[in-house]
Order: sequence, then C-alpha cells, then structure tokens
Amino acid sequence: MKVLVPVKRVLDYNLKVRVKPDGSGVDLSNLKMSINPFCEIAIEEAVRMKEGGGGHAKDSMTEVVAVSIGPEQAQETLRNALAIGADRGILVKADGEVEPLAVAKILKGVIEAEKPDLVILGKQAIDDDNNATAQMLAALLDWPQATFASKVVLGSGKATVTREVDGGLQTLDVDLPAIISTDLRLNEPRYASLPNIMKAKKKPIDVKAPGDYGVDTAPRLQTVKTAEPGKRQAGIKVKTTAELVGKLKEAGVI
Amino acid sequence: MAVLVVAEHDNASVKDATNKVVTAAKAMGADVDVLVAGSNAGGAAAAAAKIDGVRKVLHADGATLAKQMAEPLEALIVPLAANYDAILFPASTTGKNAAPRVAAKLDVMQVSGVIGVEGADTFVRPIYAGNAIITVKDSQTKHVLTVQPTAFKAAGNGGSASVEAIAAPAGPFKSAFVSEEMAKSDRPELTAAKRVVSGGRALGSSEEFHKVLEPLADKLGAAVGASRAAVDAGYAPNDYQVGQTGKVVAPELYVAIGISGAIQHLAGMKDSKVIVAINKDEDAPIFQVADYGLVADYKTAVPELMDELGKAGV
Repeated sequence: MKVLVPVKRVLDYNLKVRVKPDGSGVDLSNLKMSINPFCEIAIEEAVRMKEGGGGHAKDSMTEVVAVSIGPEQAQETLRNALAIGADRGILVKADGEVEPLAVAKILKGVIEAEKPDLVILGKQAIDDDNNATAQMLAALLDWPQATFASKVVLGSGKATVTREVDGGLQTLDVDLPAIISTDLRLNEPRYASLPNIMKAKKKPIDVKAPGDYGVDTAPRLQTVKTAEPGKRQAGIKVKTTAELVGKLKEAGVI
Repeated sequence: MAVLVVAEHDNASVKDATNKVVTAAKAMGADVDVLVAGSNAGGAAAAAAKIDGVRKVLHADGATLAKQMAEPLEALIVPLAANYDAILFPASTTGKNAAPRVAAKLDVMQVSGVIGVEGADTFVRPIYAGNAIITVKDSQTKHVLTVQPTAFKAAGNGGSASVEAIAAPAGPFKSAFVSEEMAKSDRPELTAAKRVVSGGRALGSSEEFHKVLEPLADKLGAAVGASRAAVDAGYAPNDYQVGQTGKVVAPELYVAIGISGAIQHLAGMKDSKVIVAINKDEDAPIFQVADYGLVADYKTAVPELMDELGKAGV
C-alpha cells in the first residue's frame, strides 16, 4: 500500500507578514520559509502508517511519497518530509502562485501515475488560508474525502476517520482510495533527528513540470490590492475589576 | 444575475449564518435563492423562506443529505449550478468541506472566506491569518465562494418566498456516516453569541478551565471559547477553538482570560466590538488589541469580576 503526501512551502509559522507599501502583495524577501504545519502533520501520519505507531500497525503503508508544487527551493520542503521519514519525493517545479485548483489538477496527474491507496494533505496552507486543495482533488478523482481529521484508523479497503466539525466530532468511513485532510490534533510531528536529516539528503527527488501533467497554472483570480488589516484603536489598561465593569457599562456591552 | 446560497441549518431551523450569507449574496446585486439540503428539513426550509430578499427556496430532502456530507452535496449542487452565476456557502465546517468539491467539478477556483463584496465579481478576503487583506477580481463565468458570516449583517426574517421541492441525490456514495459526538450545551453557539468568554493555556488544566470560565460565561450569558494552546493541551474540546484554523467570532463582548494573543488567535476574534483581556503578563500581545486590559492573575481577577458584575446588576 502506498500513501502520497503533498506538502507546501510557506512563510514560517512564527513570522509576521509585511504588506508591501504599494499594496502589490506581501513582502517575503529574506524571510524564513518552512513546511506548512498541517502538511507536516500529514507526513507524520503517513510515516506512522509505515513505521507503526499512533495506532497504526507497522507496514500499514509500505511506501510514503511526498510531492511538492513550487519553486526550486521547495526541494528543501521535500527534504523536511524525507527527514521525517518519507521514502522519496516529487517536485513539480512551478514559480509564482499556483492556486488550489491548479494544484489539485497537477496532483491528479501525479496520482494517476503513482496510483496511491491513500492521499493525506494538510487542511489548509497558512499563507493563502484557502482550505480547498484536498476537497478539489477528491472531486477531480471522484474519490471520497474526510477533511479536518483528528483520528485515522485504517481498515480493510477503508479508513475510519474522526473529523473536527463545528459542533464537535464526526466519524466517517471512506472507501479506499480516499483523500484525508489533517487538522491540528491528528498528531504531534516529530523533530527529525540529525542522522535522518543526513539520510534524507540521499533519498531521490524526481523533478517534473506542470506541463508534464497537461496543467495550465495561470491564476483564475486576480489580486487587485493587498492591504494591511484595519488596526484596532489602542485600548486602555484598567487597574481594578470595578473599573473594568464601569467601562463595560459605559460601552453598553453589559 | 442569480445566486444560490447554501443554507446552514440543523433541519429544524436555519442558522443565523444563512441570513448573513444572504446579505453577502444581495451585495452582488443578484436574485437570491436558498438551498436547504437535509433530511426532514421542512422546518429549515420554511424558516429560509422567511429571510428578507430571498426569491425562492429549493428544498432537497432525503436520507443521503441527513449529515450534509460532501459527496451528496456535490451530487445535488453541481447540476443546479447551470441556473446560477454564483454559489455561496457559509465558511462553516460543512461549507468548507463541500464548496471546493463543487467548485472543482465546475472547473472554478473558489474564493475562500470572503469578508467583503465589492460587486458581482470583486471580493475581499483575509490571507496569512488576517495579517493581510486582499481584494480579488474573479473573471470566471461562475463564482463559488465561502463567506465568513461574521463579516455581514444578518438579513431580517420578514420575507415569504416560495419553497420548491427538488430531489435528493440517490447515491450510493463512497463515504458513510458512522457516528458523531456533539457538544451539548445550554450556552449560546460560539459563532453566533453576542458575548464570548475565552480561556488560554494559563488556566493550566481542564478542571480549572471549566471551573473558572463557565460561571463567568453563565453570568454574562456568553459562549465559551478557547485558544489553540488550550485546546491542544486538552483543556477544552476542539469545537471551542477560536482562531485562524478554528472559528471566527465577532461578538459584542469578547473576554480573553489567560490568553497571550498569538496572531493565529487574534485572527479569530479581532473584529469583536469590545475586547477585554485579563492576563498577568503585562507584555502579552493580547493587550495590543484589547479595549480594556487588566494585568492580573485570573485566579483573583475572575472571582472579583463576578462580584463586581453582581453588584452592577448583571
């Protein structure tokens, strides 16, 4: 059984974005880029399916393939995934922004070539916050989907997935092959060990282009303006709870 | 032009989020129909027909729609799309789950988490946890949007649209509902509450989280929320999470207790009308967005606050 995990290179989780003064976009120059945190959770889950752990039997999956769509530097993101334990990587080289619909089309092509039994993705990338690629990919393949997963149990020809939904938790059975998108509490990704980071450097990465899958990555949506969010007026510090209650009364909210 | 709004509902009634998405649809200058997809959802369909400005309600009823799962919603909505220029979903977990599936089938790139409508094809949405706001022009012939309900005023309930029954998809589907564990609470729903009391990792344990926050929430008639740190630590269930990857709330009063105020949390609550922060760390970033900050240990401040609220007749 083979599991495919798409991963995205994004601005590091801990860094704050700067909007360019001319409103033409955000300034990412000289900022640290990292693997999208939800993608890291996806890789961790896939590797546990191979190594055993996290409720998965060893060799539930026998091969973990990581794929990234992005610039040359997305190789580093793939090396992260390989250091966590993926077996090999595929880089589909594309510069500039690639929208989720185009990403899903490319991934469909990769999947038709690789024929995985399961695809695990992050539920959203923390840069564009779209939360769309997994669902779009499921639609293009006519596969079932289980998004926002907090628990995955593999069964015979199916997976039982617990999802984080607005009112609580929902559990579904999906026939394999299926698409799963990860929520935050599915697992806690490991820190890759130094030997594994070294080993990852020797693992193979295939380089492809969107054209290899017949996909046009020209954006459908045009960003006409990028702005800073409206700033809240600086508030005040109150000294006592009595003063606080007085202020809330004045503001008419209690 | 015509827009289809996919209703957020629990079969018995429509959620306030539906009224808010209708407002977003009207801002596109369109005729607005509402789709109620459910099981024994006559109550919700009747409620949707009362929303101001709705032309028609489409009501699909059947067992396959009982849990509003992505596959049957796709099968239902994609054929309906021929009659509409845009399909709008609320940015709830149900909407976020189904919308991209519908969009991809229609070969449309969706616009996610819309917080502003500047015409029939121009939309405003946050990226980077709300640290940048982009305006996008969508030149596709069809639009699929998820709409952040908190960004729009709810349409009223004085309408009387007709309700048209349509067939539910038959299936079979490759996914099946197994079970659910839904939180039962007498408190208001987090995303619709006028007041929210939210706790962070400083609360230190699940017992403390509930012991400290719930009496205050009940006194204020508030919903209870949590930071991601508190949810990850197991102090509160996942559906309490407010922030970039959790829920977005915009109540009249948001009380943050023991929450440091990571940007990912601020993304979920900074549009609240009045923000109160209680934190013993005076440098906590939450104070930069709070209207009223109290530098104090919650252990003493919350009981005092309860007393003061009592004295003030709350």
